[in-house]
Amino acid sequence: MKLTGAEIIIKAFEHEGVDIVFGYPGGQILPFYDKLFDSSIRHILVRHEQGAAHAAEGYARATGKPGVCIATSGPGATNLVTGIANAYMDSIPIIALTGQVPTTKIGSDAFQEADITGITLPIVKHSYLVRDVNTLAGIVRSAFHIATTGRPGPVLIDLPNDVSTATAEFEYPPPVALRGYQARREIDPNLIYQAAKAIGEAKKPVIYSGGGVISSGASEELRELAERAQIPVTTTLLGKGAFPETHPLSLGMLGMHGTKYANYAISYSDLIIAIGARFDDRITGRLDTFAPHAKVIHIDVDPAEIGKNVRVHHPLNGDVRAVLKELLLRLEAPEDQEWLKQVMAWKAENPLTYAWVDGVIKPQYVIEQIWDLTRGNGIVTTEVGQNQMWAAQYYKTLAPRTFISSGGLGTMGFGLPAAIGAQAGCPDKLVFDIAGDGSIQMNSQELATAVAYNLPVKVAILNNGYLGMVRQWQELMWNRRYSQTDLNVGTPDFVKLAEAYGALGLRATRPEEVRPALEQAIATPKPVVIDFVVAREENVFPFVPPGQPLTKMVGG
Amino acid sequence: MRHTLSVLVENQPGVLTRVAGLFARRGYNIESLAVGQTHDPSVSCMTIVAGGDDLVIEQVVNQLDKLIDVIEIRDITQVKYVDRELMLLKVKAEASMRGEIMQIVDIFRARIVDIGQETLTIECTGDAGKAQAIEKSLKPFGILELARTGKIAMVRGPKYGDV
Ligand SMILES: Cc1ncc(C[n+]2csc(CCOP(=O)(O)OP(=O)(O)O)c2C)c(N)n1
Ligand SMILES: [Mg+2]
Repeated sequence: MKLTGAEIIIKAFEHEGVDIVFGYPGGQILPFYDKLFDSSIRHILVRHEQGAAHAAEGYARATGKPGVCIATSGPGATNLVTGIANAYMDSIPIIALTGQVPTTKIGSDAFQEADITGITLPIVKHSYLVRDVNTLAGIVRSAFHIATTGRPGPVLIDLPNDVSTATAEFEYPPPVALRGYQARREIDPNLIYQAAKAIGEAKKPVIYSGGGVISSGASEELRELAERAQIPVTTTLLGKGAFPETHPLSLGMLGMHGTKYANYAISYSDLIIAIGARFDDRITGRLDTFAPHAKVIHIDVDPAEIGKNVRVHHPLNGDVRAVLKELLLRLEAPEDQEWLKQVMAWKAENPLTYAWVDGVIKPQYVIEQIWDLTRGNGIVTTEVGQNQMWAAQYYKTLAPRTFISSGGLGTMGFGLPAAIGAQAGCPDKLVFDIAGDGSIQMNSQELATAVAYNLPVKVAILNNGYLGMVRQWQELMWNRRYSQTDLNVGTPDFVKLAEAYGALGLRATRPEEVRPALEQAIATPKPVVIDFVVAREENVFPFVPPGQPLTKMVGG
Repeated sequence: MRHTLSVLVENQPGVLTRVAGLFARRGYNIESLAVGQTHDPSVSCMTIVAGGDDLVIEQVVNQLDKLIDVIEIRDITQVKYVDRELMLLKVKAEASMRGEIMQIVDIFRARIVDIGQETLTIECTGDAGKAQAIEKSLKPFGILELARTGKIAMVRGPKYGDV
């Protein structure tokens, strides 16, 4: 049977199990939208294409399935760019479908033409500009394969208008063999043996786990490794949820705003077992002073990450879960318990704390209350800045795919659309976006989307009237010169903003109002915005100033 | 150290941009890059000469290898290989100088491919050393134009990887 390019895309999406897509129409993508009208795929109309890309990512991170976002050519496509970059930095599988001017017009600066494959070249795992409708089905198949396997990432399909109306025989092709793509690699048993031996011989081991544990579904294996060998576990921002943070062996997050005990443990360890993590500068602090006594086992699916930033003694390149399974078969547990005692003592002596001030809402308190009311059973997304770091510190994540934050790119405006995507993918979950007053204004238009589809996300704004994280840097490193970080003038009344969109708006200005507001929000079956008016100049501590060793923590 | 990378890529539009873009983005410097179709029309071979310490080159290779359009990449610096580069030089050559220039051309087993009123255009094939040497020898006469292809390379002996 002959189908148009637009129909082929829809059929291919169905074959790939796509049930929801996030997008925004326009002229060049119209042939697709016309066919979508008759399809059973649910389309969520966002209010800005950036929202579509972040929502697709939120969906992917919450469900483990690839997220799909769609935009028209030109400005539609360029509006996706931040979201694509975000997914690239955090290795999240999304498919971005963009309309394009007809092949005959490409290169002529036609109306709404943008070279989106060129623009996104450095921020995609792969991209396709479809020139021939006969290749389309194969391209969609490859796109999903590439996005979801190996180190996941975004794949862009740019679909010229004439290709979407041209017809071709449709048959969904068998899995495509891509000769330049190897998603999985054989693991050398000898390397596994060596690593297992190193663990057995270690006196001061620590596990440092990242987003790779979550994307490969290896939380069970990670837990078994930690428990059998009695090794403490610290995670990155993206690794939150890989290991339950209420577990006695959990050290919470490490790095710039990590716990003191996690930073001490990694700094004084003699063996770092890095699992699906990439030694980012927010983790290592000053590189040449990072964990000076440690040998490193690095388990990662991406061979290019191994040895990129730190010297690795035991490279284990492969799917994290597969490698951990092998490792567990040969695991030798270290006998020495002294180290664990030391780490536990650090943990007991240096809890995360903040000073209570009567009558003032401390932002940390809001997060604690959210945790207390949800017991870690919901999904939390975050915006970027202090709000994000407090969420990371005080919201104890228990399970994978329940903490969704913009890590590598640090994109303000990520949290709300990501929450919408997560809620669309997990309708039965309670989804909170922990927000800042600055970040929420970057994509607040998506409140309309949440209301329109009754995606009952709860937006908890920690309203400090500042671009707080930048103000914190100005306070601590730039002599309190608060250049362009005060938001007080011009910030909308968030309660009225919520109401304008048809959501519920609540406000809390005193500590005793925090819990009732949260309870009301949770009990309300529609989108809610809560404006928590918090201490204005609270800082996130501990803090390792950029370029400093991890042991040089300030505050907390 | 200077490394020679031999890269097999899909012969498709945009592939060169992906490869070159990756070098630029990650701050690696390309000294020369030569590309052409192989005996399999769907595959092109790129020979890339890049400078950088061994760790940097290892990163380059790993990152290039991740590109879907890169089928195979090898750092052949340490392997025995034949390499060639084609160079065209236009030299100032008044009648009185031509004999001397032609002698040099002979010594290097180069060829004269065009004669102008006051110029000679010379084609020279060889490895990097030879290219450098002929350039140096012709310099005193006045080099007016010079173009080179960048080096292409092939590992000696049986098909690489088949041994
Ligand atoms: C799109 C974008 N622009 C700028 C920044 C730089 N930045 C990082 S945190 C921050 C302040 C965020 O303010 P707010 O959302 O109010 O959060 P707070 O730190 O006050 O909790 C800024 C401007 C960024 N991360 N993302
Ligand atoms: Mg703020």
